[in-house]
Amino acid sequence: MKVELPHVGESVTEAIIDRWLKKVGDRVEKYDPLAEVVTDKVNMEMPSPASGVLTRILIEAGRTVPMGTVVAEIAADGEHDQAPEPEAQAAAPLDTTGTLLKDVAPVGPTGSGGPAAAPETARKPSGARYSPAVRRLAAEHGVELDQVAGTGMAGRVTRKDVQDFIAARGSTAEAVEEAHPPDEERIALTPIRRMIADNMVRSASEIPEAWSAVEADVTGLVRLREAIKDSFREREGVGMTYLPFMLKAVAESLRANRLVNSTWSGDAIILKRRVNLGVATATTDGLLVPVVHDADKMTVADLARSLDDLAGRARRGKLTVQDVEGGTFTVNNTGALGSVIGKAIIFPKQAAILNTEAIVKRPVVVADAIAIRSVMNLSLTFDHRILDGAEAGAFLADVKRRLEAIGPDTGV
Amino acid sequence: MREEIARDSRVFVMGEDIGARGGVFLATDGFEAEFGEDRVIDTPLAESSIVGIALGAAMNGMRPIAEIQFADFIFPTFNQLLGEAARARYGTEGSVSVPMVVRSPYGGGVRGGLYHSQSPEAYFAHTPGLKVVTPATPYDAKGLLKSAIRDRDPVVFLEHKRTYRLVRGEVPEAEYTLPIGKADVKLEGRDLSVITYGLVLHHCIEAARELASEGIHAEVVDLRSLRPLDAAAILDSAKKTGKALIVHEDTRLGGIGGEVAAIIAEEAFDYLDAPIMRLTGPEVPAMPFSPTLEAEFMLDTARIADAMRRLARY
Repeated sequence: MKVELPHVGESVTEAIIDRWLKKVGDRVEKYDPLAEVVTDKVNMEMPSPASGVLTRILIEAGRTVPMGTVVAEIAADGEHDQAPEPEAQAAAPLDTTGTLLKDVAPVGPTGSGGPAAAPETARKPSGARYSPAVRRLAAEHGVELDQVAGTGMAGRVTRKDVQDFIAARGSTAEAVEEAHPPDEERIALTPIRRMIADNMVRSASEIPEAWSAVEADVTGLVRLREAIKDSFREREGVGMTYLPFMLKAVAESLRANRLVNSTWSGDAIILKRRVNLGVATATTDGLLVPVVHDADKMTVADLARSLDDLAGRARRGKLTVQDVEGGTFTVNNTGALGSVIGKAIIFPKQAAILNTEAIVKRPVVVADAIAIRSVMNLSLTFDHRILDGAEAGAFLADVKRRLEAIGPDTGV
Repeated sequence: MREEIARDSRVFVMGEDIGARGGVFLATDGFEAEFGEDRVIDTPLAESSIVGIALGAAMNGMRPIAEIQFADFIFPTFNQLLGEAARARYGTEGSVSVPMVVRSPYGGGVRGGLYHSQSPEAYFAHTPGLKVVTPATPYDAKGLLKSAIRDRDPVVFLEHKRTYRLVRGEVPEAEYTLPIGKADVKLEGRDLSVITYGLVLHHCIEAARELASEGIHAEVVDLRSLRPLDAAAILDSAKKTGKALIVHEDTRLGGIGGEVAAIIAEEAFDYLDAPIMRLTGPEVPAMPFSPTLEAEFMLDTARIADAMRRLARY
């Protein structure tokens, strides 16, 4: 029987076979992991659909293929010995790879992307149609056509554009090979590094970003946390950090400032009814962004438990596609790294990203006297197509107000 | 022609006013004096008999060259050409062949009006068994005419009458022939292919030179023969440039351009970077007599250059 790369979510359109865990001839049981697969959302193991013997591997490790591609064949128990499928049939999915790549919707390296079905009309009006020559060249050379700038009529990608693109790419590759003296070290890109890079470039080149920051006095929050953290850990088994409070304040502020919880679709702004907060999480493999779904309906304690669970699984590489899909806004807890001010890059398909910076004690003026207070910066990068300074400022002021309102009596 | 008559005693010419008059375009000027009335035969104004007699002579081992004074008058010879000459060798399993040439001036732009301007090449090119040759330069005309005379099959040899006066070119004194069925790349280029034949070849070359100064490098392919049609040369060029413009003076529907376009679409689809374009004479029944309207009918360098620019920009 054929083993297809399983569809794991509507926004995951392709995956890289990172490593085969079984060899041809190996005995496999149903649900045994056959291969490690990397998508732009998560790493996962591909389970065997049946018990039997792995008879063929059709896609070697390292290749990117669309979901649903037949990647291996298994002689399942009870299945009669069958002649292997003809070569041509087996090879067919390989040929489709090059052309299918162009339809890949931009999604965050970390699962922050919206549904792949969201229209992307603004980018290249004639981009959907390519001449036969362009398609052939792109397929032969593995060119993703939406990366090629069109110089033809109405921005059409011409054959020459693709040839120039290939030539430029070739010379870059050569240049890298040549410019590699012994006192330098070259690090090959991991799939996740490449995906992060692609998405960051996409975001930086597509989204006209603006940036704004406010300072919040969180002395009350600091006192509250000090007061409850030990009992909370004792009761719940998880630590209580500042982050759940941040998420709570952000989620409530997003409900009140709906434009910040939206996506740009080219000819419209799409407001999101759910508030799903992506939380940027550093792992040894790279940045991941697990999503706390419906954060606006959760208490601080719920958020603390949810964060603990997601962060732990992110670091162990055990996130599911559901864990990283559907984010509508991202919180980037740079304070954990000691940063006091910074500008994040928006994940494609979101309207803004908030940095929650380090909480530090500072002398500040309170009622015309100097007091020692715990303060933090909240810095917001926003898509200026969707938001102007007024809306972004109102949202920041809202988050600030909610954080400053927290005191020792606030319930969690 | 003179060299071939002198070279081969089976070759003779016949047609209206070709003897003492030397032909209306002086193609046989001096031939009668040189070769005598037996080999340079003036005929009555009866085109069907001219080709009919040539057909009979060819079947009996002669190598006639029949001249139809204007291609507009070639239609009475359809039965002789399409019905008999084209099928003789096939129908007799090779025992009878028709080594005959029918020469005829065609095309417009000489104030010839309705009856002296037509382009009938597509009618003949449609017919298996005939060969149709349309040279555009003096060099090609000599080399191809010699091959046509020596060919064992009937050849309709169409000479654009405006090229008689308009085009000058080097012709070697020495003996040479050019193969029928081979196109010729008159100008190399990489950005688009212009596939053409006849008088407009020269306008295409002129337009291509103009565009070269704008950085657009067009390849100009002269078909030279319309049957056999050199599909390999058409495809080579179309694959190379990915864009094809077909230019001919003949009208569009059922013209050679449609066939060339079909060959490219069938065999070089994956190489195309733009729709195949045609620039042809307009769909009107005849070349108008009014100079203004005649100029409108005829393709010129400016219009061809415009079409080339459009295709290059696509």
